Amino acid sequence: MLEIILTKKESHTVIQLNGEVDASNSVELDQAIQAVVAEGTKKILVDGSSLDYISSAGLGVFMSYLEDFQDNEIAFIIFGLNDKVQNVFHILGLDQLITIETGQDEALARLYEA
Amino acid sequence: MKHWQDYMRHELDLACEKTRLGELRSFLSGVLEPKGLSDIVQNQLILAVEEVCANLIIHSHGCNPNDTIKLRVTDDSQKIIFEIYDSGEAFNILEYQTPDLSHVIKEKRKGGLGILLVKKIMDKIEFESKNSQNVCRLVKQLKSK
Repeated sequence: MLEIILTKKESHTVIQLNGEVDASNSVELDQAIQAVVAEGTKKILVDGSSLDYISSAGLGVFMSYLEDFQDNEIAFIIFGLNDKVQNVFHILGLDQLITIETGQDEALARLYEA
Repeated sequence: MKHWQDYMRHELDLACEKTRLGELRSFLSGVLEPKGLSDIVQNQLILAVEEVCANLIIHSHGCNPNDTIKLRVTDDSQKIIFEIYDSGEAFNILEYQTPDLSHVIKEKRKGGLGILLVKKIMDKIEFESKNSQNVCRLVKQLKSK
């Protein structure tokens, strides 16, 4: 089960992921990110505090946008991951390629630090 | 009378549908829970087995719900063995060239990371194919305390 909640703030959008991302529903995550990018948002936060599980299908979705984010100068930060999920990012070294912060405050600080 | 679970051998037949992956995770949680592994290690093992199964379901069986794959988990005090049986087109995980992360990013391919995870998580991976029956065997050594 995966629930995705999009919240538009003044200058950033939060994608909240509740539940589990696997091969059966990673396309929903893909569509959500695609929609947010299409709106022209330059700052995207992913709230992973209620994300219980992620498989390579979900990781692959994030990976597939990294170049777009860079080319279009989109800031993309994931926060709130539990230890299990964070570990999965770490196994592949994705925590070196994607900005991951502990909480929303830290993520917002990072987003608006410039 | 001994219940079959006393033998520490657990089996699951899984229809080849992506929506069954949640069922697979529940099964594995139930099997692994009594082992007293850390949350992180338990999650890693569930993930690795799911990656192999998802791969077979999608690529070898084209998500055909009439096909099934069989998972067998056996363990002793030193290791846990996960065996995934299927009779689709043989996918030899050992011969699969895992992609470079930089290529995954450049080509915007959303697949290819799963087998990399399996190889990083498991201590030993074996593959056999005989009489169109394939078995992928994943072994995790348990750390002695």
